Amino acid sequence: MLGIILYSGAVALIVIGIAGLVRSTHLFRAVLALVIAESGANLLLMLAGFRLGGAVPIATEGSFPLAMVDPVPQAMVLTAIVIGVGIQALAIALLVRVKQRYGTLERSKVTAAMELELNK
Amino acid sequence: MSDLVKRVEWTPLLFSVGLGCLLLPLFLALPFGNSPMVAGEMIQQAAQGVQGAVVDSVGAANLVTSVVLAYRGLDTLGELAILFAAATGAGMVLQSGSAALHQNTKMHKHIDSEINLGELFDSAATMLTPLLLLVGVYIILHGHLTPGGGFQGGVVVAVALFLPSWARNGGGQLSHKVISRIEGGAGASFIVIGLVALWQGDPFLTPWLAQGELGELFSAGTLPLLYLMVGLKVGAELAALLKYLAIDEQVQS
Repeated sequence: MLGIILYSGAVALIVIGIAGLVRSTHLFRAVLALVIAESGANLLLMLAGFRLGGAVPIATEGSFPLAMVDPVPQAMVLTAIVIGVGIQALAIALLVRVKQRYGTLERSKVTAAMELELNK
Repeated sequence: MSDLVKRVEWTPLLFSVGLGCLLLPLFLALPFGNSPMVAGEMIQQAAQGVQGAVVDSVGAANLVTSVVLAYRGLDTLGELAILFAAATGAGMVLQSGSAALHQNTKMHKHIDSEINLGELFDSAATMLTPLLLLVGVYIILHGHLTPGGGFQGGVVVAVALFLPSWARNGGGQLSHKVISRIEGGAGASFIVIGLVALWQGDPFLTPWLAQGELGELFSAGTLPLLYLMVGLKVGAELAALLKYLAIDEQVQS
């Protein structure tokens, strides 16, 4: 039961993020939706490596606990978070430029302005 | 026209709900809290000193660190490359336009220096910077013993590097030359440490210094050194990114 709730929560985060990514009319909100989807994916990975009764995979006082959670997904999530920060920074840098050029971040207005420029 | 808008709005919703319906059964098929761990089991057996373990132990108290830097060290190198590409890309995007606006900034500079964020902010930045640097370096250097490491500590170091220049409204505290030298040197050192292992006849990025006592600061071979390089690189990259965004904001205002 606990597993169903936790997995549904993580999948729901991904679904909310992707729905927001494609539906949001403001470009900055699309970036925020991407962040939500990312955290959902990270949560799914963490849950896949969780073990009931498992301890942190870190040695205390010179010896490892007998039952540990899986360290591999944790390492993957660690790197995924850092890559996520890099992607967000790149996306926001692009948004800054879009705002400077077109004066707005509304998706429909930016698209119209871009099409106008392309068809020139 | 309104028909088209409605259809376009419904399709993505349908897609995302469908994706959820696809993902959920897949993950529910995993036994929760008892999922199989193949690589994790091997690493744990090696760390616990079980006889006949498949992989060698690397002697780090934090198993996540041993996965990040030893068993999957090449992935971490690739990940550093991605971070570098993202930081370079953001720098390129933001700098290309600000070159034209640079004269504008120079003109406004005397105005900028008058906009002071206040004595309190200024003093707080001065006092916090050494403290933040200390905490960041501590987190980096203890990455193989406690939760933390180069990525987390690097972010703290980045804030420490960026804070003075932010508090003084871009007072030029952060030299771009120094930042890029730190970044390049750290990245090169990471690769050189990996190449030494290759020269000794081991695979690339195999830890090669003495493993030492489990839980000591000087243990786990080259892992602390590698994490120090990761920390410096992440710190320098994020500080440069923050600086680009801050300069841009000033140009705009």
